[in-house]
Amino acid sequence: MIRCNAITKRFGSFAALHGIDLHVRQGEFIALLGPSGSGKTTLLRIIAGLEFQDSGQVLFADEDVSKRNVADRHVGFVFQNYALFRHMNVAHNVAFGLSVRKGRDKPSRAAINERAEELLRLVQLEGLGARYPSQLSGGQRQRVALARALAIEPKLLLLDEPFGALDAKVRKDLRRWLRDLHKAMGLTSIFVTHDQEEALELADRVVVMNEGRIEQIGTPEEIYMNPATPFVSHFVGETNRVGQGGEELHFRPHDTALVSQGGEAVLVDNVFRKGGVWRIEGILQTQQILVEIDLDAASTPPSLGEIIQIRPRQFRSFNQAGAQIKGEPQ
Amino acid sequence: MPGFGLTFGFTLSWLGLIVLIPLATILLKAAGMGWQEFVAVGLSPRAIASYRLSFGTAAAAGLVNAVLGLLVAWVLVRYRFPGKRVVSALVDLPFALPTAVAGIALTALYAPNGWIGQFLEPIGIKVAFTPIGIIIALIFVGLPFVVRSVEPVLADLGRDVEEAAATLGASRFQTFNRVIMPAIGPALLTGFALAFARGVGEYGSVIFISGNMPGRTEIAPLLIVTQLEQYDFNGATAIAVVMMLVSFTILLLINGIQAASRRRMGI
Repeated sequence: MIRCNAITKRFGSFAALHGIDLHVRQGEFIALLGPSGSGKTTLLRIIAGLEFQDSGQVLFADEDVSKRNVADRHVGFVFQNYALFRHMNVAHNVAFGLSVRKGRDKPSRAAINERAEELLRLVQLEGLGARYPSQLSGGQRQRVALARALAIEPKLLLLDEPFGALDAKVRKDLRRWLRDLHKAMGLTSIFVTHDQEEALELADRVVVMNEGRIEQIGTPEEIYMNPATPFVSHFVGETNRVGQGGEELHFRPHDTALVSQGGEAVLVDNVFRKGGVWRIEGILQTQQILVEIDLDAASTPPSLGEIIQIRPRQFRSFNQAGAQIKGEPQ
Repeated sequence: MPGFGLTFGFTLSWLGLIVLIPLATILLKAAGMGWQEFVAVGLSPRAIASYRLSFGTAAAAGLVNAVLGLLVAWVLVRYRFPGKRVVSALVDLPFALPTAVAGIALTALYAPNGWIGQFLEPIGIKVAFTPIGIIIALIFVGLPFVVRSVEPVLADLGRDVEEAAATLGASRFQTFNRVIMPAIGPALLTGFALAFARGVGEYGSVIFISGNMPGRTEIAPLLIVTQLEQYDFNGATAIAVVMMLVSFTILLLINGIQAASRRRMGI
């Protein structure tokens, strides 16, 4: 449904995007995941028409919309800090997209009010239409922003760090709720996040970006279990990185086993409970670098200062060019 | 609220000392005059013409400043360009410049043989020694008020609300009219009120460019000075009282409008 072909964008001397190709299917929930400065927000804004690419095209359902401005692209956009109209009450905020329509397209006042009520019910803010944004909590503001974006009945919903400004509990509830809404309304949605947990939990597919390039596109399972590049391996989930003869060995803390002999020696530096496991922080003796190991919570953890032997059950190794090399654990 | 008694008491005493006592002195002095005498000077045709001129030109200059000051504030907030700091400092210059200097400079420019006046004269536009000249002088001294009132509100408004309006299908005009103006309206009104009030009381920059013809280009503050020069303290006081009452009424009205629009925004 949405296609980006070889999109590039520069801001002055800074290259924000280098040739991005992306295809989003109808009904998908896509996460653009990356650190700040990776170009994920720029890509989202280019898809929306809030920013224009230097070269390449944006296609909506095979139609080139590259030159169309934002008002004509008909996409729902939820801004990072909500961007609510402070001088309008909640109902007027939600109704704005309908009330700026002209001529025959403009619904009657009664129809607009009814639609606003309906949307407020959808986002579970029924009866708060007369409040002003300053009188709402962060989570409520976020839902007003969403209702406002949905008022124009977009097929594509774009969200820029939708949960960035909320506290952890609200964030978790809102995530699940957004996921349900996306399904129920048959939307195609793209959201930007720097939070890998959020991306893995919500998205059908995750697009991992770094320095203006796409590192990997895949399902959360693929991204986590089979990272294509050292960057993805490191950025998504926790990973120990150990250099070894020009190669870099990556293994997850939970993919590490204690062995009685023949492993790598690690000096235990710190032991604490992390959720359902014991987290061991230790110094790999051969290289004097920090490694993290998770052990079953039912086991007895090693004590501080002890030397333990570890062996990764699974690992990936990358050569200096970042290509993956197959190999056996050693 | 803790500290309210102390701070409120201090505020009242300070306002009393700085503002109320001097103003009360004027009223007291005026009260000493007979009503007949007060009306004869304070509401004489010459005085009424000067009020009309003072308030009219101040309102006109305030309006021009509201529009152009908004534009300047917009450019200063929304764009980055070389020399921005210099431009920003230039905006404040009318605050610092002795107004007489501004008056002399403007007169030199707009006099029939001045740099600008020589081009306006042949097409029949007279600026110096007419109300237009007064308005120009008042625009000059009033500009910083609007720019500095609107600037922080505009910066706080952020570009994302404009973008939000655009994603919802609003045209540029609808965005300005329905999103930006209501948000900055109270600040713009404050700027207008300050520029207007300054214009009403302005003296130094106006007397050079206005020509000071009684009944035509004689502003009220000048009329007061004229009375004083003739040792007619009662006359001066009567005019001052009328000006004060009108100014106070207008400013109170503007404050009322602002309070209403703030309430609407739920602030």
